[in-house]
Amino acid sequence: MNGVAGKQPTGGATALGRFMENLQAVPRRFAETMFRTGKPQSDRTRSTFVFGNVFLHLHPVRIHRWSLRWSTTWGLGIAAVSCFFVLVVTGVLLMFYYKPYPDVAYLSIKDIHFVVPTGRFIRNIHRWSGNLMVVVVLLHMARVFYTAAYRSPREFNWVMGMGLLVTTLGLSFTGYLLPWDQLAYWAITIGANIAQSPREVTDALGITEWFDVGGLQKLILLGSEEVGEEALIRFYLFHVMILPLILIALMTVHFWRIRKDGGLARPADADSRLGPPAAGVYPVFTEAPQKTYSLAAIVKGRTPAVGSGPEQTVPSMPHLMFGEAAVFMLTIVLSVVFAILIDAPLKEVANPAVPENPAKAPWYFLGLQELVSHSAFMGGIGIPMIVLIGLGLIPYLDREIAGTGVWFGGPGGRPLVVRSTVFGLAAVLAVEAFVIRFGWIRQWWPGVPQMVITLLNPGTVLTVFYAAYSVWSLKKYDSTRAGALALFTCFICGFVVLTVIGTYFRGPNWDFYWWPSQWPGH
Amino acid sequence: MTVEARKIEAARSRLEPEAMARRDFLGLTAWWSAAVALLFGFLGAMRLPKAAVLPSPSRKFKVALPPSLAAGQAYVPTGRSVALYKEGSQVYAISTICTHLGCVVKATDSGFDCPCHGSKFGRDGSVLKGPAPKGLPWREVKHLGGDNFLVDEGKTVATGTTVSV
Repeated sequence: MNGVAGKQPTGGATALGRFMENLQAVPRRFAETMFRTGKPQSDRTRSTFVFGNVFLHLHPVRIHRWSLRWSTTWGLGIAAVSCFFVLVVTGVLLMFYYKPYPDVAYLSIKDIHFVVPTGRFIRNIHRWSGNLMVVVVLLHMARVFYTAAYRSPREFNWVMGMGLLVTTLGLSFTGYLLPWDQLAYWAITIGANIAQSPREVTDALGITEWFDVGGLQKLILLGSEEVGEEALIRFYLFHVMILPLILIALMTVHFWRIRKDGGLARPADADSRLGPPAAGVYPVFTEAPQKTYSLAAIVKGRTPAVGSGPEQTVPSMPHLMFGEAAVFMLTIVLSVVFAILIDAPLKEVANPAVPENPAKAPWYFLGLQELVSHSAFMGGIGIPMIVLIGLGLIPYLDREIAGTGVWFGGPGGRPLVVRSTVFGLAAVLAVEAFVIRFGWIRQWWPGVPQMVITLLNPGTVLTVFYAAYSVWSLKKYDSTRAGALALFTCFICGFVVLTVIGTYFRGPNWDFYWWPSQWPGH
Repeated sequence: MTVEARKIEAARSRLEPEAMARRDFLGLTAWWSAAVALLFGFLGAMRLPKAAVLPSPSRKFKVALPPSLAAGQAYVPTGRSVALYKEGSQVYAISTICTHLGCVVKATDSGFDCPCHGSKFGRDGSVLKGPAPKGLPWREVKHLGGDNFLVDEGKTVATGTTVSV
C-alpha cells in the first residue's frame, strides 16, 4: 500500500485498510476531480482544458496562428481587461477605508495615503491602472480601426467597443471626484456644468423655460444644484456599482461576439503570408476531432474551423493562454512601476469658495476642455457626440473588402495615413495658433449673439476642416475606407495636440504659456 | 397547381388576407403588454433619482455692508457667490458664478475674471472675452435700513437695477 493505487481502491483486506488507502489518496484525487479532464498534454485534453472550464470557455479551443502574432493586436484588448481586473481588486481594497461623505472622504483618503498599511501603494496602483486602461482602450480602438477589423461580420462588436470606451471614461470621471480635494471638486463642477451646457443653445433659442435638458442632466447627476454630499454619494454609486456592472455586461457581449464572429479578423491570404508552422509548434490533429467540431457545425457564422480548414490553427492551451498571461503580467508590472515612481495627487480639501486656477480635468478630457474654452455646448457635448456617432457609423459605411486584417489596409494605405497625419497636425496647430495669437469672435465683437459662437468656434472650424479633407480623400481614392482612414487619423492628431496643449501649455485663466515656470503667482 | 391557378390564389390571398390566428394574437398581446409594463415600471423607478427637495442652503441672506466700503469696490460675503457694490447712494449685487461652467469669478478693478477658461466680464457683468455665453446676472437686493441689506441669490433682476439707501 504505497498510495499510488489506480482509480479504484485495490480493496484492502479490511474496511479500515481501505479507509486509510482512501485518506492517503485524498490530495491526488482532489486535484483530479478539480480539473476533471487531466493534464493538457494531448490535443484532446488541451481542448477539454479550455471548453471544460467555466472561466476559460469564452476562449476558442484552437486559435489561428495569425491571431497569435504580436503585431496583429499588440495584446491591447487583453491589456484593457487586465487593467480592469487590477482596478477591481485595488478598488475593493480601497473601499475598506473610503467614506463617501464630504470632508470625511478627504480625511479617509489621507488615512489611506499616510496611515493604512500599503494604502498609498494600492491607491497609486488604482490610479495608474485607471490611466493605463484609458490609454490602452484608445490604442485598442486605433488598432481595430487601422487593421479594418470592424468590417462584416464584426460591425456590431465595434459599436459595443464604443460603449466600452464611453463606460471606461465614465468610470475615470466618476472616480475623479471621490478624493474630495480641490482638483476633484472643480473638475466635477466643470463636468456637471458641461452636462448643463445644452442651456447655451436653449437659452439662445429662448426655450429653456419649458425645455431644459441641460438643467435636468445636471440635476440627475448631482442630485442638487451644486457639488455636495448628494453628488458625492451619486458619483460613488456610479463608480463602484452601476458603471462596473455596465462594463462587465458590455465586456461579456464583446468577448462572446469575438468568438461568434469568427475570431480575430485576418486577411484572406493569411495562410500564405504565414507560411508553414515553425518546428516545435504542437502538431495539428494527431487525434480525431471530438466535441468541438460537432458544436461548430451548428453555430451560425464563420468560425475558424469552418470553411478554411484547421491547418493554421494551434491549441489555445498553451499558445493563447501563455500570451494572455504574459500581457496580464506586463500590465501589472507597468501599473506597479508607475505606482512606485509617482504618487497619486492629493491637493488641499475641496473649497467651494475658491476655484483652482487653472482648474483642469483629468488629462484625457483636457482636449475637450480646450474646445470647451470656446463653447461649452459644442466642446463638451456637440463635438463629442459628432465624433462618437461618426466612429459608430464607420463599419456601416465602409463595406469594402480590400485590406481587412492588414495594418493600414485598404486604398491609400500607409502613404494616405502619413499624409493625413501631416494634414491633421497642421490643421489643429494652425487653428490653435490663430486662436492663441488673435483670440476669437467674442473678443472682436463682444455683442455677437451666442448662437454664432456656438456654431462658429475653433472646435467646429477644425471639425469642418477634417470632414472636408476626409471627403476629398474619399473622392481621390474612390473609396469609403480611404475617407475613413483620413478622418480617423485626423481625429487622433486633433485629440493628441489638443490634449497636449490643454495639459502643458495652459496656465492660470486658461492663458497660453510656453512653460509652467512662467505662470504668475507661482 | 398550374401557373394560372397559382396566380389566382396569390391575388385572392392579397384581397382576403387570412385573419391572424387567435393564438398568435393573444401571444403578441401578452408580449407587448409585458414590454409596456416593464417600460413604465422602469420609467416610474427612474423618478426616484430626480430629487424633489434639493439640499441646497437658503439663497436669501442678510448682510451688513462695512461702512468703509469704497465706491466701486466689491464686497463678497463669506460663503456666498455674489458681489455687492455701493456707488454713492446706490447698492447692487452681481452674481460671481461664471455663466460658462460654474467657476467662481474674481472681482477685479476692471470687472470680473474667470480662472477656469479665461472669460472676462465688465463692471456691469457683461461679457468682454472668452467662452461665457451670457453676462453675469444681477441679483435682487432689498434695503433693511442702515447698512443692512437682504440679498436673494436665487432671484435675477435686470442689469442696472439698484436699490437706494
